[in-house]
Amino acid sequence: MAPQSGPDSFETVVLPHLDAAYNLARWLMRGRDDAQDVVQESMLRALTYFPSFRGDNARGWLLRIVRNAAYASMSLNRGIVAVPLETPAGEELALSDPGDNPEAALAKMQDRRKLSQILASLPVELREVLLLREMEELSYKEIAGITDAPIGTVMSRLWRARRLLADAISSGEQAA
Amino acid sequence: MNAGDDCKQVLLTQADFDGELDAAKAAEQEAHRETCAQCRAVYENLTLVRNALRTDDLYQRAPDSLRAALPRPSPAKPAAKPITHSSWWPISNFGMGAALAAGIALLIAWSDTSDLTDRIVDDHIRALQPGHLWDVESTDRHTVKPWFDGRIDFAPPVKDLADKEFPLKGGRLDYVDGRPVAGLVYEHGHHPIDLLVWPASGTTAEAPIVAMRNGYTIVHWTEGGMVLWAVSDLERGQLVDFVRLWREAN
Repeated sequence: MAPQSGPDSFETVVLPHLDAAYNLARWLMRGRDDAQDVVQESMLRALTYFPSFRGDNARGWLLRIVRNAAYASMSLNRGIVAVPLETPAGEELALSDPGDNPEAALAKMQDRRKLSQILASLPVELREVLLLREMEELSYKEIAGITDAPIGTVMSRLWRARRLLADAISSGEQAA
Repeated sequence: MNAGDDCKQVLLTQADFDGELDAAKAAEQEAHRETCAQCRAVYENLTLVRNALRTDDLYQRAPDSLRAALPRPSPAKPAAKPITHSSWWPISNFGMGAALAAGIALLIAWSDTSDLTDRIVDDHIRALQPGHLWDVESTDRHTVKPWFDGRIDFAPPVKDLADKEFPLKGGRLDYVDGRPVAGLVYEHGHHPIDLLVWPASGTTAEAPIVAMRNGYTIVHWTEGGMVLWAVSDLERGQLVDFVRLWREAN
């Protein structure tokens, strides 16, 4: 049994990653309440399994639990989520032109709410790799472990997510 | 942008951007961008997206209310976990009575089987998709049982409970944790019941345990060298009845 306090305790090892757990759940689930439920369930599960946790990457371990709980919740609440993963060939790697001044485009995109909406509208498989990379700053290998996908898949999903986001940002520029 | 549409080149640029390349390859990429406007544009776009995303107001921090409501390790009884999640239904008097009447130990389990419970429920839901519930459709156990021969390396116990209003409907080959398992499908008043069976690792029999998960009832136990998981959207009492009848039948 793991100690209740001290350097190896649940509170010291796992609890510091609560924000990361919530951020992932919040971006995977539709609502705030759903996200809280998922985190509650995940922390309970983490607490149960903590005595057998042997690794040194507690954040990755916790995020994997959160992700599994979120997917289970989504599939139960809304039926099996079917998101088309394959885009037609040719469309795959088209990144919109950054224009003369990307900084200006970003400046016009200051409305964070709009960016949130764009991020939330990404297919969940793309959204999760993007936020694990850009918000949690995890490596490809860590993301592959959390999302249960080969590294090559992580790379192509990451690319597609970024392309969609870049497209949306530059179309925001044109609209402005 | 149409150039740089060479997949490898784009993913290399991205890998460099993400700091995933070793020093030599990274230097190669950097030199390449000196001469390739397209890869330079890709890199700029990646920077644009990163800058947009790495702002504090997009990061969702855990609210204090959640932090306060978290389960804590209990020094006194580390095995007894607080039940706070709404999917864990309180034991109702009715459920308790029905289960005791059925002679079944009713436990709301938060145990090591929790993840497996999730997977079994997911599997059940997947099986409910049209055409997935059974591979062999038959109400005759003498048809269903031999169907598994050669498909799996054990002989699952197949029982028909048609006279108890739980008719056998068919069987299918399924996978739990990457291992092939026998899936027996029963029905009760148009509610399908999945009974998943695989060989136990030991010979110890284990009394049935009832769990609830998002409206599904799960009963699992070990007997006769087999692990058995029943899952259905039936009411708890009805599934418990099914398990009792199944265990009593020959």
